[in-house]
Amino acid sequence: MAFDLIAFYVFAAITVLGALAVVGQRNPVYSVVAIVGSFCGLSGLYVLLDAPFVAVVQIIIYAGAILVLFLFTVMLLNASREDGAEWDRSHPYYRPGPTRLGGVLAVVLLGQLLWAMSRIADTGGIGEQQPAASSVRLLGRVLFTDYMFAFEVTSILIIAAMVGAVVLAGRKGN
Amino acid sequence: MVPITHYLILSGILFAIGTAGVFLRRNVITLLLSVEVMLNAVNLSFVAFGRQFGTVDGQIITFFVMTVAAAEAAVGLAIVIALFRHRESLSPEAFTNLKW
Repeated sequence: MAFDLIAFYVFAAITVLGALAVVGQRNPVYSVVAIVGSFCGLSGLYVLLDAPFVAVVQIIIYAGAILVLFLFTVMLLNASREDGAEWDRSHPYYRPGPTRLGGVLAVVLLGQLLWAMSRIADTGGIGEQQPAASSVRLLGRVLFTDYMFAFEVTSILIIAAMVGAVVLAGRKGN
Repeated sequence: MVPITHYLILSGILFAIGTAGVFLRRNVITLLLSVEVMLNAVNLSFVAFGRQFGTVDGQIITFFVMTVAAAEAAVGLAIVIALFRHRESLSPEAFTNLKW
């Protein structure tokens, strides 16, 4: 019982610290590495939530594929720093107002979410009301029956994204 | 056991961090990474609610979110590469030609 809570706080700390490092870094390479750590913590939380398949997919797809794509792009562009200095000087109008407004908006959003959640009635520990539905067999059956249409539409989305990426990033004229 | 509110509060904190990143950073790649953080915050609350109600629907929606995130990353990074070829810069303030 206490083990659950300790594991939750450890994984939550990893996730939040990783996310803070993503936002706080000036070097995009460090940001990508930090987000990999953050997603590993999130994967541990999925294991605690009796969703082991989602946890594995989180590691393989997110940390393994999507973030490697990000890292590849960062290194391809060789832009290891934020080059905002000259734009700050030439566009003094853009920088202070909207940036500070954005920080304030994030804090307001966090306050609203915490306020809303402080009003939730105490329902006891998660998973005490219902047994876990975590088998991959059940997951596959529901995915290929109830969510069949969404699954097929997803394939069209992926084809469109693939063609779009090739068209956008490919060199023209040769 | 851990109450569901813990997971929801964690999800809210992650979403706020992602929002702050989108507004505060001045690097297009870090902006996309912040969007990924926000998507994962929502995924966490989906899985937590699915566990609370004992269904697999939350996990399945998480898969769809991951798929959309992969497509978004591919197209978004292609756009970043195309923009970088034009301006040699990753600052969003370098791409304000369409701004009134």
